[in-house]
Amino acid sequence: MKNYDIVIIGGGPAGLAAAVSAYDNGVKSILILERDECLGGILNQCIHNGFGLTRFKESMTGPEYAYKFIEEVQKRGIEVSLNTTVLSLTKDKVVTAINSQEGVTLIKAKAVILAMGCRERSRGALNVAGARVAGIYSAGTAQKYVNVKGYLPGKDVVILGSGDIGLIMARRMTLEGAKVHAVCEIMPHSSGLKRNIVQCLNDFDIPLYLSHTITRIDGDKRVTGVEISAVDSDKKPIKGSEKYIKCDTVLFSVGLIPENELSKEAGIRLSPKTKGAEVYQNRETDVSGIFACGNVLQVHDLVDFVSEESELAGKSASEYVLNGEAEKNAINCIAGANLSYVLPQRIDKNAGGSVTLFFRTSGVFKNCKITVQDGQKTLLEIKKRVAVPGEMERVNLTEDKIKSIVGELTVGLEEGV
Amino acid sequence: MKKISLTCVECPLGCDITVELDGERVVSVAGNTCPRGEKYAKAEVVCPKRVLTTTVRLENGKMLPVKTNQPIEKSLTFNAMQRVSKVTVASPIKIGDVIVKDLYEGIDLVACANSD
Amino acid sequence: MFDVAVIGGGVIGGLILRELSAYDIKICLLEKESDVAMGQSKANSGIVHAGFDAKPDSLKAKFNVLGNRLMPQITKELGVKYKNNGSLVLAFSQEEMKTLEELKSRGEENGVEGLEIISQEELIKKEPNVSKKAIGALYAPTGGIVCPYELTLASIGNAMDNGAELFTKFDVCEIKKDVDFIITAEDGRQITAKAVINCAGYGSQKIANFIGDFSFTVGGRKGEYILLDRQSGGFASHTLFCTPTKKGKGILVSPTVDGNILLGPTAEEVDFDDRTTTSNGLQSVISKANEMCQGVPHHTAITSFAGVRAYSDRHDFIIEESKVQKGFFNCAGIESPGLTSAPAIAKHVAGELIGKTLNLKKKENFNPIRKPDYFFSELSVEEKNEIIKKDPAYGRIICRCEQITEGEIIRALTENPRATDIDGVKRRTRAGMGRCQGGFCQPYVAEIIARVNGTDIETVTKNGKGSELLVGKTK
Repeated sequence: MKNYDIVIIGGGPAGLAAAVSAYDNGVKSILILERDECLGGILNQCIHNGFGLTRFKESMTGPEYAYKFIEEVQKRGIEVSLNTTVLSLTKDKVVTAINSQEGVTLIKAKAVILAMGCRERSRGALNVAGARVAGIYSAGTAQKYVNVKGYLPGKDVVILGSGDIGLIMARRMTLEGAKVHAVCEIMPHSSGLKRNIVQCLNDFDIPLYLSHTITRIDGDKRVTGVEISAVDSDKKPIKGSEKYIKCDTVLFSVGLIPENELSKEAGIRLSPKTKGAEVYQNRETDVSGIFACGNVLQVHDLVDFVSEESELAGKSASEYVLNGEAEKNAINCIAGANLSYVLPQRIDKNAGGSVTLFFRTSGVFKNCKITVQDGQKTLLEIKKRVAVPGEMERVNLTEDKIKSIVGELTVGLEEGV
Repeated sequence: MKKISLTCVECPLGCDITVELDGERVVSVAGNTCPRGEKYAKAEVVCPKRVLTTTVRLENGKMLPVKTNQPIEKSLTFNAMQRVSKVTVASPIKIGDVIVKDLYEGIDLVACANSD
Repeated sequence: MFDVAVIGGGVIGGLILRELSAYDIKICLLEKESDVAMGQSKANSGIVHAGFDAKPDSLKAKFNVLGNRLMPQITKELGVKYKNNGSLVLAFSQEEMKTLEELKSRGEENGVEGLEIISQEELIKKEPNVSKKAIGALYAPTGGIVCPYELTLASIGNAMDNGAELFTKFDVCEIKKDVDFIITAEDGRQITAKAVINCAGYGSQKIANFIGDFSFTVGGRKGEYILLDRQSGGFASHTLFCTPTKKGKGILVSPTVDGNILLGPTAEEVDFDDRTTTSNGLQSVISKANEMCQGVPHHTAITSFAGVRAYSDRHDFIIEESKVQKGFFNCAGIESPGLTSAPAIAKHVAGELIGKTLNLKKKENFNPIRKPDYFFSELSVEEKNEIIKKDPAYGRIICRCEQITEGEIIRALTENPRATDIDGVKRRTRAGMGRCQGGFCQPYVAEIIARVNGTDIETVTKNGKGSELLVGKTK
């Protein structure tokens, strides 16, 4: 059995930032486990720009953003194990990993940081009817083929879901010579960032069909076409609204799911809303010494915020290693009206300092008000011109306000103010 | 007088901006929350520009991500893609290396990653 | 020149081939698709039925009970996952309870052991997620589950290891009888054989017609299924059936040998090999499952699929020598419980039918064991490390969801019967069968296929020609 102070599972943006931060906060015995052949995770295939605007005040491509952190990891000489997959994780922080050089190894850690990222929801998860033929990809798989492998997965494309990767791939496939005939979104609003709607669809006259879904995929060996239909307010297809589009490729961009199979195995409590771990404000899970950050915790829109969250998790893990387990005085933090979730789910009053609450709304709201309440008592009110599910919101609670809480914290949104 | 509505793409906020134009001359910009929005809107109505990101093939067959180091005119996008598609480069390449000098006057195509 | 040609690489053809490979004769398997187990053997419920459904004295009843008893041994020899998880037929009314009594006595007449009618209380103890509206059940302890395509692949692989030959993409378009049978494929290839066994499933009528045998017709019944992720694997431990009514058998809710939960199938008459799923069909699977169980975790669905089950107008298995042509044998209309019956049918066909036609002598060196008879992911740390030391490819995980290594994928591409495409690798290794449905691993699997076959990734297909994954290079 090997021993490390901190083992980080995943060498993408979350794992890299967590490693640097843990190191800078005093822990030097760190191991990053990465299943791919290089660091950087999914950023390596995100060759488009727009990363780093918040953090570095410049627009970088995915590989450039990743490189900033890879350099920092290398500068510090932090140990990295590439081509290494974690097979299991236990509550006592024993990690079982496998690679070709060492075979299966057990690694005991004082603290573990979960940074496994997320995966795409597949066609199967949606039960889209029709043929099971070639030419059906998740947007991320198509992105890998085009950007990393250098191959085009199809020439006439229909995209289901207006998630950011789908929008990005609409542009990317168009640039590489494919024709994107439609992007269908079952919701009445796009789930992607506005700038992606403008720069990836509008720039190339790609139609976006809101409140539409694919109702059938046709094909014998390869996709030959899809039937799309408008949907009603219950997302049920409306008879008579069918429209047929000939195509050879269907891309799915219908949401990301935190990859938490290891966390489940370790007995970590997951939130049914975020599908990630429930955490304290320092990103510690309910299993002492196991922390989570990045898309494995909550699916972010911007990598800048992944880095920020992961630095917090890295710092917290190093404090845990250096100071031992701290006694907590926990209060619950609950998503109230019109919010789909709030993170952190628990706040430790003993921890000190201010706390930033992250949340997403459950719909599109204009001229609304975010309220933070301690029971009936209102701690904070913030007016917002617009709030959409596709963009993560945040509010900051000062240390004084945290200290004053006596009951449970509820974050909600009021309409029409 | 002409009114043009557009969505600002300078940051994720995506402000809805209205630009009033008198011929080619911008009369007013409204709806933006920051100066970058105003700058974007003015440029967008006159001559929209985009940074082009794509890949070039390395001699070993692998792909190298690249971008234009400044925004190019949107109307040049497909022209640029065509020109870039003919480029093959030899390793080693360092991030930031110029792959095509003066792809357009004063604008280079640069590497976004190391080649190894 | 072959002694026996088997037409159709499904579970029936596969197991017959394997039985025949124990004898000192020259045999081959003709399959029209690019891989074996491409018809109903790849898309069915995977149930090892106890044997209480079929009418006594039918071939279905006879072979079901025999096949059920043979299954543990044969799956062990072939290294195929099998689980004797027991089955429960749920009753939702007093009338259905009466039907259960009938099923029980029918089963006993068929020779099924251990059948028992259990109370609601006992039922809920066995299956806590069953609907509270179920008032009792028929418990069949001999019921089990097996993976149908794994059984097919392993039996054909074992037969090939013992000398059988496989011809894929051999789409039979003519059979002539001279002294021997001359079988011609669409692409012009010809094979001669002394005896022919028609196991062509949905295509068996067409094959029989080639020799002038019009004694039966074959119809298709489409069944749609939904598969739930392994995280829901604990939802049911027995195979749960509805009580059969005049309206049909209803659907089942069952664990699979790989730890998923399977819901389905629907039953829809089709007049062609229609494998498409429909929104109505999938919706009906969901609502029927909800009638049987409470809290079905539909949100963990990872895929849906459909298969066409072939049935004959005789409504029993057809396992006989053709009355038109000696030496030509029909195994047709093998609908449920065909998978369960397959090992027994194979023994019968090889021993009784072929044995009477040809002079069969057991091979001295027949090896019934298919190697390797383990699943890498189920080995201990020491065992895994032993293998990785010899072959580092076993240390590289390709499919994250199912934890499938490069070593296993290479094995699937090199051992009998060799996989040639993405779906072939998937059926043999489970790479791409997990919750991300190949989202992460497909590009890697495609690269490995290209590398092992010495081709470019552009030629790699999902399931044969016309299903290429990629349309070209980007530049």
